[in-house]
This record gives sequence, C-alpha cells and structure tokens, in this order.
Amino acid sequence: METAFTVLALGMLVAAAAAMSLRNLIHCALCLVGAFGGAAGLFLTLGAEFVAFAQVLVYVGAISILIVFALLLTSTRAVETAQPWVPPRGLGPTVAGLVTGLLLAAVGLSPGLPEKTAATSAVSVQELGRELLTRQAPALLAVGLLLTAALIGAVVVALREPPPTSGKEEPPA
Amino acid sequence: MSPLERALVVSALLFGIGLAGALTRRNAILVLAGIELMLTAVNLNVIAFWRHGGQTASAAGPAFVLFVIAVAAAETAVGLALIIAWFRQRRTVQLDEADTLKG
Amino acid sequence: MNDLVNQLWLVPALPLLAAGVLALTPRHRRGLAAGLAIGTLALSLVLSVAAWVSTLGATGPDGFRAVRNFPWLTWGDHTLHLGWVLDPLSAVMLVMVSFVGLVIFVYSTGYMAGDENFTRFFGFLSLFAGAMLAVVMANSLVLLFAAWELVGLASYLLIGFWFQKPAAAAAARKAFLTTRVGDLGLFAAMLWLYDATGTLVFFDGGRGCLEAPAVAALAGQTVMGGLTLSAALSLLVLLGAAGKSGQVPLHVWLPDAMEGPTPVSALIHAATMVAAGVFLVARLFPLFAAQPEGASGVPPALQAVAWLGAVTAVFAALIAVAQTDLKRILAYSTVSQLGYMFLGLGVGGVAVGMFHLLTHAFFKALLFLGAGAVIHGCHGEQDIRRLGGLGRLMPVTFATYAVGMMALAGVPLLFSGFWSKEAILHAAHTWPASPGPFYLGLFGALLTAFYMTRQVVFVFFGPYRGEKGAPTQPGKVPHESPPLLTVPLILLAAGAILLGFFGTPAWPGLQAYLEPARVGLTGPDLARLVSAEALKLMALSTAVVLAGLALGWWCYGRRPLTDPTAPDALELAQPGLFRLLRERLRVDELYEATVVRWHTGWAALGDRLDRWVWGGLVLLIQGLTVGLAWLGRALDEFGVNDGFDTACERLRRGGTRLAATATGRLPGYLRGAMAGAAALGLLLLWGGCR
Repeated sequence: METAFTVLALGMLVAAAAAMSLRNLIHCALCLVGAFGGAAGLFLTLGAEFVAFAQVLVYVGAISILIVFALLLTSTRAVETAQPWVPPRGLGPTVAGLVTGLLLAAVGLSPGLPEKTAATSAVSVQELGRELLTRQAPALLAVGLLLTAALIGAVVVALREPPPTSGKEEPPA
Repeated sequence: MSPLERALVVSALLFGIGLAGALTRRNAILVLAGIELMLTAVNLNVIAFWRHGGQTASAAGPAFVLFVIAVAAAETAVGLALIIAWFRQRRTVQLDEADTLKG
Repeated sequence: MNDLVNQLWLVPALPLLAAGVLALTPRHRRGLAAGLAIGTLALSLVLSVAAWVSTLGATGPDGFRAVRNFPWLTWGDHTLHLGWVLDPLSAVMLVMVSFVGLVIFVYSTGYMAGDENFTRFFGFLSLFAGAMLAVVMANSLVLLFAAWELVGLASYLLIGFWFQKPAAAAAARKAFLTTRVGDLGLFAAMLWLYDATGTLVFFDGGRGCLEAPAVAALAGQTVMGGLTLSAALSLLVLLGAAGKSGQVPLHVWLPDAMEGPTPVSALIHAATMVAAGVFLVARLFPLFAAQPEGASGVPPALQAVAWLGAVTAVFAALIAVAQTDLKRILAYSTVSQLGYMFLGLGVGGVAVGMFHLLTHAFFKALLFLGAGAVIHGCHGEQDIRRLGGLGRLMPVTFATYAVGMMALAGVPLLFSGFWSKEAILHAAHTWPASPGPFYLGLFGALLTAFYMTRQVVFVFFGPYRGEKGAPTQPGKVPHESPPLLTVPLILLAAGAILLGFFGTPAWPGLQAYLEPARVGLTGPDLARLVSAEALKLMALSTAVVLAGLALGWWCYGRRPLTDPTAPDALELAQPGLFRLLRERLRVDELYEATVVRWHTGWAALGDRLDRWVWGGLVLLIQGLTVGLAWLGRALDEFGVNDGFDTACERLRRGGTRLAATATGRLPGYLRGAMAGAAALGLLLLWGGCR
C-alpha cells in the first residue's frame, strides 16, 4: 500500500512537472493526462474509489480532451518555438517555491496530526449517493445548475464569431 | 512520516508544480492546466484528511471532492471557451500579450 | 389773455423748430429756408406784439406780470422748475428782438443770396433768434442759462460761418472762449443762488428768488468783507453779463466777431447777443439793487455795474477813433454803447438802461445793415480809407446811415439816441455815489460823435478811392443796393427816430411802462422837458455832441481824403497815441502777454513737472515694480517652480514606475497575488509559531 502510494505519487509528480515544463504542447497534454491518472490512483489508495472514478472520468477523460482540443485549435505548430516562459523567468518558480515551502512548513509544523490511521472500510458508493441526495442535495442541485450554465456559457463564448477585424481589439462581449 | 503527512507533502508538491506552471507558462491553456493541477492537489489534500482524519464513516469528504471536480470542470470548460474566443480575436494565446487591461 | 401767456412758449419754440427743420433741409432748398425762417419769426413777432399789447395799461406796483411755471426735474425733495414770464421787460424785449430779427432776416435774404450755404445760414439765424427769445422770456435761471448758452453756441456758429477763413474760425473760437469765462461766473452764481434760496425761478407768487422775501434774505447775509450775499451773487452775474455784452475786460471777442457775415454782426451787436448781458442785469435787477435792512447809499453791485459801464464806454470809444475797418468801428461803438447801457442800469435803473438798449438795437442794426449795404455795393471793401464819395452813388443807404449815425452820436431832439443817452446822463448826474461816471459818459459822447463823423466823412464824402481811382469799369462801380436791402434800412431808420419819443422827459412812457413803481405816468408835460435842470443838462450834452461833430468835420471833412495811404489827421498830431489806439490799446497783446503767457508758463511748468518730477516718480515706481517683478519671477522660477517641478517630476516618475507594474498582463498579476498569498502565509506561520 505504501509502496503503491509512493510510486504513484512519484509518477504523478514527475508527470506534472513534465506537463508544466515541456516545450511540446502535445507532450504537455499527454503528461497532464498521466498526472491526472496518477492522482486518480492516489485517490484509490486513499480509499475513495468513487472520487477516483470521477477523477478519471472528468479529468483524464473530459478535461484532458478539452485541453488537447484547445491546444490543437489555437496552435499552428505543436511545438512552441517562441519563448514559452513569461519573463522574468525566475520569478514564477521562486514564488511557487516559496508557497510550496510554506505549505510544507505548515505540514511539518502542524501539531496534532493523527499519526495512525484506523483501518476503516471505505465509504460505499451507495452511502455516497445517499449523502449526496440527502444532506448535500441543495449543493448537488447548485452544481448541476452551475454545470449547465457553464456548458451554455462556454458554447456561447466559443461560438461568438469575431467581428470583422478592424485592427482595434475589442474584448468579446 | 505518517501516511497523512506523506499525502500532504505530495499534495503540497503537486500544488507547487501546478503553481509554478501557472506562473511561468506563456500559453494560456497550460496556465489553465496548471490551475487544474493545483485543484487536484487540493482534492488530494481533502481526501487525505478524510481518510486519515478519523471521520471515515462520513461521506462528506468524497462528496466535497466531487463538487470541486464538478466546479473545476465547469471552470475549465468556460476558461477554454474564453481562450478560444480570445484566440479568434487576437490570433494568440500567449498570456503576456493580453494587456488590454493596462491602464 | 391767460391763454396768451400759456402759449407764449411758441415765441421761441417756432424759430427753434425752424432751426431744427432747416438743419435737415437740403442745401438747395433756399426758398424754403428763407420762407420758413422768416415765417416763423414773423409769427413770433405777431405773438410778441399781442403779448406786449396785453401788458399795456396794467396797473400795480410792478405792472403786469404773468408767469407760468412747471416742474422740470425732481430728485429727492428738490424740484427744479422751469417757466416763462410775461412782464413789461420781457414783452418789450420780445417785440424788439423779434422785430429787429425779422428785419435782419429779410435783409439777409438779399445779402446772403450768393452764398452756397444759404440754408445753413438761416438755420443758424433761427437758432439764434429762438434762443434769444427764450432768454428774454425765461422765468428760471436754469432756463435762462440754457438759452444763454444756446445763444453762445449760435453766435459761435454764425461768427464762424465762413469757417474757411482762418480769421473767422479764430474769431468764433475767441468769442466762444471769452464768453465762457463770463458764463463761469453766471454758472457759479446760479449754483450759489440755488444753494441760498432753494429756487431758481424768478417770480413764483412770492416764492421766487427775485421777489421781496428771497431778496431780503439774500441781502441780509454777509459773505466776506462786508459784502452781502446778494451783492456777491450780483457780481458773479455781472461777470457773465460782461462776457456776453463785451464789457471791458472781456470785450476782445466782439470786434473780432466782425468776421461773420454782416447780418450776423447786426444781429449780434444790435438786437440779440450783446443785449443779453444787459437784459440779464435788468432781469436780475432786484438782486443788484438789494440792500440790507437800514443801509443807505448805492448798493455796491450797482456801483460796479455803473463804473464798469462808464469805463467801457470811454475805453471802446477811444479805440474806435483810430480804426479803419468799417465794421470794426461799429463794433467798438457797440462795446461803448453797451457800456452806456450798463451805466444806465447802474445809475438809473432798469428803465434807463433798457431804453438805451432798445434805441440802440434799432440804430445799431440800421448802421450795421447800412455798412453791409456799403460792403455789398463796394464788392467786399471794408477799409474806410478805400471808400468814399458813396453819398452820391448810394443815396438811400447814405440817408438811412446818416440817421443811424446821428442817433448813435446823440444829435438832439429828433433822434432816439439823444433821448436815451440823455436819460443816462441825467441819471448819472444825479447819482449820489460819484460824479465820475457822469464825466466819463460825457467824454464818451464826445468821442462817439467824433468817430462817427470821421467814419461817415470817410465813407460817404470826398472822391471814391477804391480801385486806385479808376471806378469806370462796369460792375466795379459802387451801386445802390436792391430794395431787399434798402427797405429794412428804411424801416429801422424810422424806428431809430420814432423810438426816442417814448422816453423823453416830457412823456416818459417807456420808463413808466417798465418801472411803474418809480415813474408815475402822467400825461405829456412839456414843463418837465424845459425844467431848468433838464434843460441845462440837455444843453450841455448837446454842446458836447456838437463839439464832437465839429471836431470830426474839422479833422476830416475840410480836406477830403484823396489818397487812401495818407496818414490820418490825428496820426499827424499825436502819432504815438494814435498808434496805441489803432492797435486797440493793445488789450489783445496784453492778454497775449499776461493770460496767454501765464497759461503757457503754467503749461510749461506742468510739462516740466510731468516730465521730470512726476515722470521721475513714475519711472522710480516703474523701476521698483519691475525690480519686484524680477524678484518675484526669480523666486517663482528658481524657488517655487523648481521645487514644484522637482516634486512633480518625482511624483511623475514614481507614478510611471508604479504604472509600469500595472502591465495589464495576467502572469504578473498572478505572481503578485501569489506572492501576496505567500506573505500572508508567512505571517500566519510566524503567528502560529509564537
């Protein structure tokens, strides 16, 4: 179990790092799929099977495909020949490192974290479903509404034909 | 190192990687991808606390994550649509060229 | 009757209206101009005569007096009234002015026939006549003053009618300015009078400023040196009257005014303008004669009037002796006769002065118009040495001129001048203050007879001396004037003779009419005429006049002058004195040397002051100001501006730098946000660890 966790975690981190640093955008997208898959595996090892499946369905399936399509739609060339980094180049990693260090420090310095984990049975999908449809029902409805709105919004935004190019940039309405 | 701490460290690292990507990449789509990684790290965190926090019987943790996933999906869909629209307008997705907000 | 008084304003208004219309009439409407001017003045004459007739036979201490006043201007609780008055004085003046004016108007149609500005001339004449009629009938010093100034304006316009001639323009200016000096006195008197009495209306049913209560109040106040307020006011008024009537020392404009057309000279010197001064004194006579309670003797204002008149009479007569210009002699004789009028006013009262004014108006208008006829007939020649022998060539003119001359000289019994002058001398003889004016008057009468004889001899006797003794060319020979010129002469000559009989001692009708309080009118009484004292005086003055005539004849008539350049008979006897007289006693030169030089000196002083003192001061202030300005500028530029500029520049640079962070680029913002989050986290951690 611990071995599986470690391997999956390492794989996921490497894939994520690759996805964020490679020049080839398609490679990036593929690595991203790997990272999401690793995350799904981690969810499994943590006993959240439904979440792992949702992760696979939503991230590995839908979002990754969306990203790939977006990359293909917006790039004439798959490989970025131009500068892929926002200058000044060191600033982004520095800030990110700072934040990460903080998080790690927080983890390390937090007192009272549970040492041992009780061996518990995972929550069944049935229980989760009951939970969602009883206590979390309003939230579920809200998320459904949100998703519908997002769907329609995305379609509307992406459908909008650009006005005849006038040289003057107009933000899309 | 307890399993919880291990999971938290991993999630922190994943968050850092995603953040670094979001802060450095010029391509807006990859910035979005970085944000998705960060969200995944958050989910990982939530699940880790659920699993190791002693409240396993409750289904709140996975339900919360499910909601986050749904919201992230919506966010990604709208974000990508915006990027597509923007690309149509400007013929670019390089984020540092989006400076219309500049006063 | 009452209606007549109410409509009396028409008398001056009609000529003024004509003047207004003529000002807008095209130049070529000559017939309209003459017709309008003469017609309106004839209407005025009819009205005047009607008004005069209505005043006859009235009784009372002041005779007939009707006034019509109306408020003109109201401010605060002050109200300024205007109005007109019909009393013997104004009635007789109205008739005289309109009659003489009418005669002169008719004469002008002939005299000015060739002038291209005929229309304008009649417009000015109408203005003049209307203004003078307004002066005469005014019942308010304000109205009188306004009309008085209008007379001055019209005289300016008429004297300078031929303004193309520099001499005429200068004479007009001189007349205007000189009379202004006097008007200043009148104006001051007007203001003072208003201040003292609160009214400027002459007669207002007991409230007027010339009626007993007001005059008594004025006479009761003393201003300085024992001079009563009424006397001080009178002296100021006298200054104005002297300016208008050409009394010494303000007489200098009058001879120069001869530059105007001859009808103008007649109008000014006979009927109107110069009479205005005498009339003013007559009108304000109650003020002049006012005495403080219990005082006796002659009021000082009247003494001043008498002495001024006497001195002027002799002074001007002396100058007239040596003049060679036909009209200039008449001008000085006018000044002299005006002196007589003032003398008469001073010593004998209104009636005496006004009597001479009226008779003089007729015979002086006659003389001027006669002189105009002579000048007209001789093609503009005015030098009496170049005339001569005109008695044969211009018989009507000669006859009428001789009548005027004898009236002026005071030839006894038949001529009006004798009677009026006689009245003055009589009054002067009995004057209690001083015998001086009487002797001066006698001397003036002698001189008058002398210079008039000289003039007549020069003009009408002997050979014609124009054109170097070659009067044979047709059109160059002096000729008799057309009837348009001679008929007025005859009319005036008749007046000059007949008018005298209204004021003889035997039947002092005019005096009784003008001053019923002082002269009771009875039937004709020859006894008064032959009373011992009157007879003695008449004999004396007759002797004096005859002596003057004989002297003149002896000097000039015995050997008729043949050469126009030959020296004068008097010049041979007394060259220095004669030259002095010919140069008009050098009054003009005196003014040139005193008043004008004084003014020039002051002007030069003012110039110096301006240039050096004030100019220097101004320069100093200017320098100071400029220096201060420089200082301020330096402070501004190097202190305030630089400091401000620096601050602004830094602010701007800071702003630029700050603005540079606002790139509008998402990554930058993201980084900022994250850095902020990191900072917040650090803070949290630090707080958590403590």
